[in-house]
Amino acid sequence: MEILTIGAKFGVYIVMALVLVFALGVVTLRNLFHSALCLAAVLVGTATVYLALRADFVAAIQILVYVGAVMTLIIFAIMLTEHLGEKTIRQTNRQSPAAILGLLGFIFMIGLVILRTPWPVTKRALATGTSVMSLGKALMGSYVFPFEIISVILIAALIGAVVIAKKDPEEKS
Amino acid sequence: MIVPLPHILIFSLLLFAIGIYGALVRRNIIGILISIELMLNAANINLIAFSKTTSLAPETGQIFALFVIAIAAMSAAVGLAIVLALFRVRKTVYTDEVNLLKW
Amino acid sequence: MTMPGWLRSIEFAVDLSFVNAKGWFLDLLGKFLPGWIVVLTSIVISGVVILCMGPIIMMYLTLLERKLIGRIQNRYGPNRVGIWGLLQPIADGIKMFTKEDIVPANADKLIHLLAPIVIVIPALMVFLVVPFGERMTAANLNIGILYFIAVSSITTIPIFMGSWASRNKYSLLGGMRTAAQMISYEIPMTLSVVPVIMMSQSLSTNTIVMTQCGDVDLHWFVFTPWGLTGFMIFFLCAVAECNRPPFDLPEAESELVAGFHTEYSGMKFALFYMAEYMNAFTLCGIATTLFLGGWQGPFLPSWLWFFGKTFLLICVMIWFRGTFPRFRVDQLMGFAWKFLLPLTLINILVAGLWQFVPERTAWLYSVPILIVSLWTLVKLNRHFVPEKRAYPLAD
Repeated sequence: MEILTIGAKFGVYIVMALVLVFALGVVTLRNLFHSALCLAAVLVGTATVYLALRADFVAAIQILVYVGAVMTLIIFAIMLTEHLGEKTIRQTNRQSPAAILGLLGFIFMIGLVILRTPWPVTKRALATGTSVMSLGKALMGSYVFPFEIISVILIAALIGAVVIAKKDPEEKS
Repeated sequence: MIVPLPHILIFSLLLFAIGIYGALVRRNIIGILISIELMLNAANINLIAFSKTTSLAPETGQIFALFVIAIAAMSAAVGLAIVLALFRVRKTVYTDEVNLLKW
Repeated sequence: MTMPGWLRSIEFAVDLSFVNAKGWFLDLLGKFLPGWIVVLTSIVISGVVILCMGPIIMMYLTLLERKLIGRIQNRYGPNRVGIWGLLQPIADGIKMFTKEDIVPANADKLIHLLAPIVIVIPALMVFLVVPFGERMTAANLNIGILYFIAVSSITTIPIFMGSWASRNKYSLLGGMRTAAQMISYEIPMTLSVVPVIMMSQSLSTNTIVMTQCGDVDLHWFVFTPWGLTGFMIFFLCAVAECNRPPFDLPEAESELVAGFHTEYSGMKFALFYMAEYMNAFTLCGIATTLFLGGWQGPFLPSWLWFFGKTFLLICVMIWFRGTFPRFRVDQLMGFAWKFLLPLTLINILVAGLWQFVPERTAWLYSVPILIVSLWTLVKLNRHFVPEKRAYPLAD
């Protein structure tokens, strides 16, 4: 059985590496459609990492909401705003070197903090698993107020998006 | 725990940094939105990793991850609606061409 | 229900023959090899069975469809290759393999290649949670049905890839339509599953089938008011999800040539086709699992029941194709958003009432609620005439 566990471990590392590669693709590719597809790959990879962390419900929701809905929205917007067949224009501004320098500092600092902190991995936390039922109970019990607020915000965002994206009637010319 | 916690944290840190890079460097508004989704995703990984390893109520982190996913979907919807409105009025989706600070 | 013991045991043996064969083989392997190889082999066997079953089901679905459509249109359908045309799918496969693969000059080559490959993956992945028979689920996930919905929602992305990479206006229009349609119909489909989850208190497909058990007094969910409504909604959404007539706007031949796969030929086209048929099969299989009791049924082996029910639903799909004209785009969207969505919400309410009330009384008021809401929705959706289009260039 150890071999399977080690294999799974390597699998997780490979998935993580792939996710990072695709994430680099998301921010560097000139063609926006390609970078959106890379984002889809990143999201699927992240869902796999969730699975490795035993959060299967969140993984399914991630794929359902992100890959199914949000990605479709984004690709829709890309299709509506990009002109087909147009030569790809410059996609980055001139802040690239400064951004890279700053981010290297950021990664160094936070990475140092992460590696220096003794993370208290509690045995009991590792042993307890979550089921969909316990998630639902927590959502309807201790987190019912944020849950309601989220639903209100969702409705507000829905209406807001419709109002913003709607064509003004007098604007027709 | 299949992978030690610091490794996952480093992974999500790198993902977050890549997201910031995209948000800083991209000219296209949709590109910036995509980068923001990357950053939210990195935050989610952290939440779930912590909920698995350190917290005594393992639902907490997952529920917050669910909230983050919902917020991300909303931000994408509203943001893309704004992009479409902007594209209709100004015929551009590049941030440095929308520098008038008024409509 | 009383059955002689020996009959019972024979039935049991036939029922579990595949499972037993696999278990026997693994036992044999376990004598010679270490444990992890046995686990791997078990996974590989399930995987290979699924990988073979998908394409074979697809091949014979095409034959079934052509035969049935032929009968509906008063002709014979393919009957030249083999007896009853049984070898026709193989001939078609050979034709597809040997055809020239044409890629448009302006196409985005890589994505054009990737799209048909990517579209097959979710179509095969959803086979994992379909319970083909008693103890015949490849992976009994405890989020089974959610997994199914999530994985099948990926399908929009390869369609986008194909439509965008072809650089063809018909492809692009078809892709846009597909996305809009699939997103719209996903919502009532997901919501129509909710009552089933409420009743069976589980997301696992196996448990859902188990809660509908009962030998002669059938406890299938379809025999309750909310189950019937949910089944209707789910099935209509399933037809729309796999882009079959009368919801086949994404590939409406008379308007869009072939929709998102206009620029595909040869094996790539065959892959799109394959994904479509496998989706049709899995959606029917899940509809069977959720509402028609899955593999539950008297006398016959469980997998026979499952395949029988699923193919019955597929025949209904083909019957739809043979008889219904195509929707208009606004009718399609209106049907999803203004009719199915409110109905699913009311259905969830009815299912909630059902759970807390004894069965007799629940029948008394859930049926009127559903009928009244159905009637109201039909009335409200009645006379919708879109504004007349002006064609300035044509005059």
